[in-house]
Amino acid sequence: MKKNWPLWEVFVRSKNGLEHRHFGSLHAADETMALENARDVYTRRSEGVSIWVVESKHITASNPQDNGELFEPAQDKVYRHPTFYKLPDELKHM
Amino acid sequence: MSNKEIKNLEEIFNQRIARDEKIEPKDWMPEKYRKTHIRQISQHAHSEIVGMLPEGNWITRAPSLRRKVALLAKVQDEGGHGLYLYSAAETLGISREEMYEQLHTGKAKYSSIFNYPAVTWADMGAIGWLVDGAAIINQVALTTTSFGPYARAMVRICKEESFHQRQGFEILLSLCKGSEEQKAMAQDSLNRWWWPSLMMFGPKDEESPNTEQSMKWKLKRKSNDELRQQFVNQTVPQAKILGISIPDPDLKWNEEKQSYDFGKIDWDEFWQVVKGHGPCNKERMTARVGAWNQGTWVRDAAVAYAEKQANKNLNKAV
Repeated sequence: MKKNWPLWEVFVRSKNGLEHRHFGSLHAADETMALENARDVYTRRSEGVSIWVVESKHITASNPQDNGELFEPAQDKVYRHPTFYKLPDELKHM
Repeated sequence: MSNKEIKNLEEIFNQRIARDEKIEPKDWMPEKYRKTHIRQISQHAHSEIVGMLPEGNWITRAPSLRRKVALLAKVQDEGGHGLYLYSAAETLGISREEMYEQLHTGKAKYSSIFNYPAVTWADMGAIGWLVDGAAIINQVALTTTSFGPYARAMVRICKEESFHQRQGFEILLSLCKGSEEQKAMAQDSLNRWWWPSLMMFGPKDEESPNTEQSMKWKLKRKSNDELRQQFVNQTVPQAKILGISIPDPDLKWNEEKQSYDFGKIDWDEFWQVVKGHGPCNKERMTARVGAWNQGTWVRDAAVAYAEKQANKNLNKAV
């Protein structure tokens, strides 16, 4: 037959209160197997309390070559940061 | 892209590496960087997978349940490490199947150490202590390597690997505290594994043509000889704790260098094993290829099942 198992990305929440974080990827025939494999490959030492798997082909990624257009506009917008505003020292808790 | 443009990109790339920036899979990289990484990461992955074989053989022969669960967990970790590494290599555009193909046809190498036989239970100790010990030294040096996915895999692997070495040392410690026969078994195992472990760091620096480029790319942070020396310095005192002796008459402390001098490595043996003439090269590949071929129907059945389920869900939706 010769059909290869697709690639999946694995996201793990290490404990409640934290977000799921990308842990790595693996191959599996379907989503159930992807979850089981993720359990065995990425949480052998209680690294997580929740796992997400998503087939890699469903992820749309930005291209590093577009980083200029995408991210540089933020660099000259210093007024988005609190330190941009000059306030007197006696002002507390702001 | 013109040659000039490529030159320019390469210049930017080299500066990024010099600034200790990490390179991620979708970033532009020189073709040689990509190829070298695919080769090194996939061979590292193959080593983990083939490394399961000499130890797997001892799981059913472990002397107690405690030893058995530990060995089983260690071998399972090695499978896991292989998987982390294969995924890291895949981010560079090679498929898993292609890598397996290269391993199975002998086009890709794996660490030569696994072509030596594990003939006694003490070998489980020596492999953990020496082989994993040497691997840890190599791998810790790689946690800061320039390619992001490889560095991340190394961090995870190093965390898991320290138990491997400790369980091996504990096996030898028990044997060394046991009967004369058990102690002799530990000594015999050290005798057989010492030199191949030193060879794990690869050829001498002056005979390692790729070192310079790999250092520049921060794919290598220390040279083969530096890492080998570090291993010797760290391992000799450990052998003293076990009370067994390292099979090297030239081994002695060098006060001036503040490290150990050691004897000449038999590089002919090293190259023989690399070229496929080690004691177990054939056996390892037969086992590996056999496992892959015998698993074909399972992989196919899983795909058939997944397709059937997907079709069912599709029909329900209609």
